[in-house]
Amino acid sequence: MEFVVASTIGVLTAGGVYLLLRLRAFSVILGLALLTYAVNIFLFASGRLAVNAPPVLNKYADVAYSDPLPQALVLTAIVISFGMTAVLVMFALGAYLEADHDRIDMTGESEEEGEGDSSSGSDDAAITAQGENRV
Amino acid sequence: MSHWIVAPVVLPALLAPIIAFVMRHDITLARAASFAGTIALAGIAIGLMVMAADGTTHVYRMGDWAAPFGIVLVLDRLSALMLLVTSALALVVLMHATATGWDDRGRHFHALFQFQLMGICGAFLTGDAFNLFVFFEVLLIASYGLMIHGGGRVRLQAGLQYVVMNLAGSTLFLFALGTLYASTGTLNIADLAVKVREMPLEDAALVRVAAILLMVVFAIKAALFPVQFWLPATYANAPAPVAALFAIMTKVGAYAIIRIHAVVFGPDVPVLGGLIGDWLMPAAVVTVAVGAVGVLGARRLMPLLSFSVVGSMGTMMLAVAAFTPQATTAALYYLVHSTFSAAALFLLADLVVSRRPGGDLLRAEPPVVQNGLFAALFFAGAIAMAGMPPLSGFLGKLLILDALRDEPAMTAAWVAILLGSLITIVGFARAGSILFWKATALAQEQAEEKAGEEGEAHAKDAPPPDPARAGPLEVAPTLTALAILGLLAFLAGPVTGFMDKAAHQLFDGSDYIGAVLDPEAEVKK
Repeated sequence: MEFVVASTIGVLTAGGVYLLLRLRAFSVILGLALLTYAVNIFLFASGRLAVNAPPVLNKYADVAYSDPLPQALVLTAIVISFGMTAVLVMFALGAYLEADHDRIDMTGESEEEGEGDSSSGSDDAAITAQGENRV
Repeated sequence: MSHWIVAPVVLPALLAPIIAFVMRHDITLARAASFAGTIALAGIAIGLMVMAADGTTHVYRMGDWAAPFGIVLVLDRLSALMLLVTSALALVVLMHATATGWDDRGRHFHALFQFQLMGICGAFLTGDAFNLFVFFEVLLIASYGLMIHGGGRVRLQAGLQYVVMNLAGSTLFLFALGTLYASTGTLNIADLAVKVREMPLEDAALVRVAAILLMVVFAIKAALFPVQFWLPATYANAPAPVAALFAIMTKVGAYAIIRIHAVVFGPDVPVLGGLIGDWLMPAAVVTVAVGAVGVLGARRLMPLLSFSVVGSMGTMMLAVAAFTPQATTAALYYLVHSTFSAAALFLLADLVVSRRPGGDLLRAEPPVVQNGLFAALFFAGAIAMAGMPPLSGFLGKLLILDALRDEPAMTAAWVAILLGSLITIVGFARAGSILFWKATALAQEQAEEKAGEEGEAHAKDAPPPDPARAGPLEVAPTLTALAILGLLAFLAGPVTGFMDKAAHQLFDGSDYIGAVLDPEAEVKK
């Protein structure tokens, strides 16, 4: 089982890092999602792997138990990464609607243009989208 | 057990949803609530400072669970200092954002602002590594919202990069925490310090990996080379008041390195040796160089200021990397200085940039109204940031140079700081003369041209549409930040005395560990 878990973490991380290094926002989001899956399994495994062991101590008998703390950590991490991914998707959507492409690099664009030229129609949509997200 | 310790976290956490839900259509009400909350936070920070000043380490146990099992908040001199700096900066930034109307250019500025304060205060107070992660996420998610406040294409794209960068950093943080938990079985900072010191040398590999991973994570927040590249794009494109508030965010990373790597992975720990300092020092030297060259090469004002922040982080981390009480004292002094000088420059830049037709582009344009006032303020901010007397930057750099005298890396550090300061001065002089000095020459030329031609119709469009003079309320926050710098230089003796005690308390460690892990300690008092 150790081998399966370890190689799963490895493959997920490798895929995540590869996608993270792409230039399009969509692949980057997928890459970050894969990375968070990898880290969740990794956190889960950090309390040692045990099969059929409840995460509670039994004070009447000396039975096997699994460490409950990593499970609590994983729950927190899942909630946070879920929320963060949602925020990221809204950001990417906003940037896509503003710029009409989902490239994640900013080469040479910020040189000529100031911030005052962004009063197009898609502006409102993007801001509304963020506003809803933040509420 | 005093409940005031948890107040800097609870107060903004309660206030922010109320602002978001109840006052979202009434900007005046939101402003009033935000101001009340921030002033109360400053009051609490002063109170906590008084509590911590006598040297006792106060521990707040969440839910009254004993330390290694429950989450604790720990208040010592260092945390109290950071809280005070945060609340003072928050007040200055809030004044600016309200006076210039920045908070009305998008939605939920004040709610996000309070959430950001909650995360920052929590990160400074917590005594648990996983809780530190949670507070990092709180302050980050608020900073994402603040970063794109007001919208705009470039800002959204920069915001996307910022979010991706920090999400990758958070994932790394979790990997580090998992490794740490797997090798020590605890995440309480005081308990970690005990466990890591007892660890046999043959188990050192995992702890070393965890320590370095944590250092990389905090280095991302503190914008150290080679993970500093997110900062210029982010700060340059964030709304200026938000960039000023972000001046404390890099310090959160620096604080985390000081706290975790001095208490848990200190140089006296056998399994690590001087590993952390050996890696941190070269990174800091390169960061100073990157910052200085960036200041010299920047073609716009906001990136220039961002690079000067990078440079000042490098200077500060040079002192942190030494991991001695004396160097940490210097680092803390420079930390406070660098926070307020960066804030002052960003706030001033906002006043200037919003009045120039070309924005923050560094090219000569007709002078803005009150050119002299802005030029004087920029001059004061620039000499503070570059480290010239009489403001606190000079003293801070002097303290750092002095503290690094006996270090093995002394030559590199001295050369980096001195050359970096020189290049920064040249960069700021160039920017200042283009923005404020050449502008006056240009104005004369134009006036002569206009006098030559008749130019009646042109004269109508020539002045910017609304050359609004900066009112006293708009200039006051910048002046306040600069005044704090002056005060910091004037009161350098008492201030460094306090920081010296804070640094010794930090490196002593027994106090911190004893207070957190001994449940009887609080009862006895």
